[in-house]
Amino acid sequence: MKVLVPVKRVIDYNVKARVKPDQSGVDLANVKMSMNPFDEIAVEEAVRLVEGKEHHAAGTATEIVVVSIGPAQAQETIRTALAMGADRGVLIQSDSDLEPLAVAKVLQKVVEEEQPNLVLMGKQAIDGDNNAVGQMLAALLGWPQATFASKLVVAGDSAEVTREIDGGLQTLKVSLPAVVTTDLRLNTPRYASLPNIMKAKKKEIAMKAVADYGVDTAPRLKVLKVTEPPKRQAGVKVDNAADLVAKLRNEAGVL
Amino acid sequence: MAVLVIADHDNAHLRDTTHKTVTAARALSGDIDVLVLGQNCAAAAKEAAGIEGVRKVLTAESAGLDKMIAEAVEAVVLPLMDGYDAVLTPATSAGKNFAPRIAARLDTAPLTDVVEVVDASTFVRPIYAGNALETVQSNEAKKVITVRPTTFKAAGTGGSATVESIAGADAPKTTFVSEEMVKSDRPELGAAKIVVSGGRAMGSAEEFKAVIEPLADRLGAAVGASRAAVDAGYAPNDYQVGQTGKVVAPQLYIAIGISGAIQHLAGMKDSKVIVAINKDADAPIFQVADYGWVADYKTAVPELMKALG
Repeated sequence: MKVLVPVKRVIDYNVKARVKPDQSGVDLANVKMSMNPFDEIAVEEAVRLVEGKEHHAAGTATEIVVVSIGPAQAQETIRTALAMGADRGVLIQSDSDLEPLAVAKVLQKVVEEEQPNLVLMGKQAIDGDNNAVGQMLAALLGWPQATFASKLVVAGDSAEVTREIDGGLQTLKVSLPAVVTTDLRLNTPRYASLPNIMKAKKKEIAMKAVADYGVDTAPRLKVLKVTEPPKRQAGVKVDNAADLVAKLRNEAGVL
Repeated sequence: MAVLVIADHDNAHLRDTTHKTVTAARALSGDIDVLVLGQNCAAAAKEAAGIEGVRKVLTAESAGLDKMIAEAVEAVVLPLMDGYDAVLTPATSAGKNFAPRIAARLDTAPLTDVVEVVDASTFVRPIYAGNALETVQSNEAKKVITVRPTTFKAAGTGGSATVESIAGADAPKTTFVSEEMVKSDRPELGAAKIVVSGGRAMGSAEEFKAVIEPLADRLGAAVGASRAAVDAGYAPNDYQVGQTGKVVAPQLYIAIGISGAIQHLAGMKDSKVIVAINKDADAPIFQVADYGWVADYKTAVPELMKALG
């Protein structure tokens, strides 16, 4: 089974995004960038499908292709995935941040070219927070989808996916090929070992451009401004329960 | 221009996220129809017909729609979209799952997690875990919108729209296997007026249960948790409040032993009143708390229980 894992280079999870003073966007100059954490989980799960970790049989997946759409530096993101255990990468260069619909259209072409049995990807990128590409890719391909996965079991030509839904868990069986998007509790991604980082340097990354795929990626939405959310002011300190309860009853009126 | 609202319900009852989404829809159009998808959902459809300002309620039933399987929802909604300029649904786990799928088939850019409708083509949505708000303009002919319900007021009741049933659909490539819903007598986290949340300071699942739950029950509150507490296994995942969990905006949010990581604040900072109890005076949670109490929860919570009487 061949697995395609799309990954995105985004602001590092631990960095607080700062809005530019001219309200044109978020300041990413000299900010640490990393692989989108949900994508890291997708790479890890794909590698486990190859290795036979956890409940997976060894060799459930036989090839992992990682694809990223982004600037030249997104090669580093692909290298990270290769060091974790992916086999080869494709970088589709784009200087602008494509909207989810455009990303899904480009990925649709990549899927047609690569013919994977499974697309495993993060449920959302932590920059745009759209939570849309996986679902849109599945729709364009006419494939089933299983989003927000916390467990994946591949058996023959189908996959059983346990999904994080409001109020609990839902398990669906989807026929392959399918798109599965990952939630946080699917696994804990590994750190690549030094030998694997060295090995990853020799793995192939095919260089492409968005234009190679012949799809319309023009933005559909116009960003008018990006602003900071209203700040909450710190209130008062209390030092005992009676005072707190009195304040909540009489001052705030919420008890 | 007519708009369609896809309802959030459990067949027997409509959730108020639906009423809130109707409010968001009003900013787009006065002609609002509500689509109730499920199985034996006549009761929920009747409630939808009672929402003020709703023109018509459509219902479709099938096993797949009962579980809101995205492909089944797509199959029902797509043909309807000839008659609507926009479809809105609450940004629940179900809405987030099916809405982009419909958008892709309509070749339109979805507007997700919208917190404000400025006008019929301008929307505000959080990005970067709520650290920034993006105002976007969409001139798409058909709009697909998921609405963050906590930021809209619920539409009133007293309407009397007609209910019309239409054909359901299923998802041939997806089968429902099982569901494991957390059973609780407490109010639902997303809808509760009061939320009591615990953090990593609890140290164990037993301690979390022993400290947080009695206080929540005393207040008739829902129980929440920080991601740190969930990751440590002290609380189940569906308790999680934050960017990666539930976004809540209750009247009163009580954070106990929660430091206030950015990702947690993103999920609760729109609460009307925030109380923080933490022994670390420098914890960031105090910067957003209306009432901060620097104290060890071990002594503070029992004292609070006593003061509540």
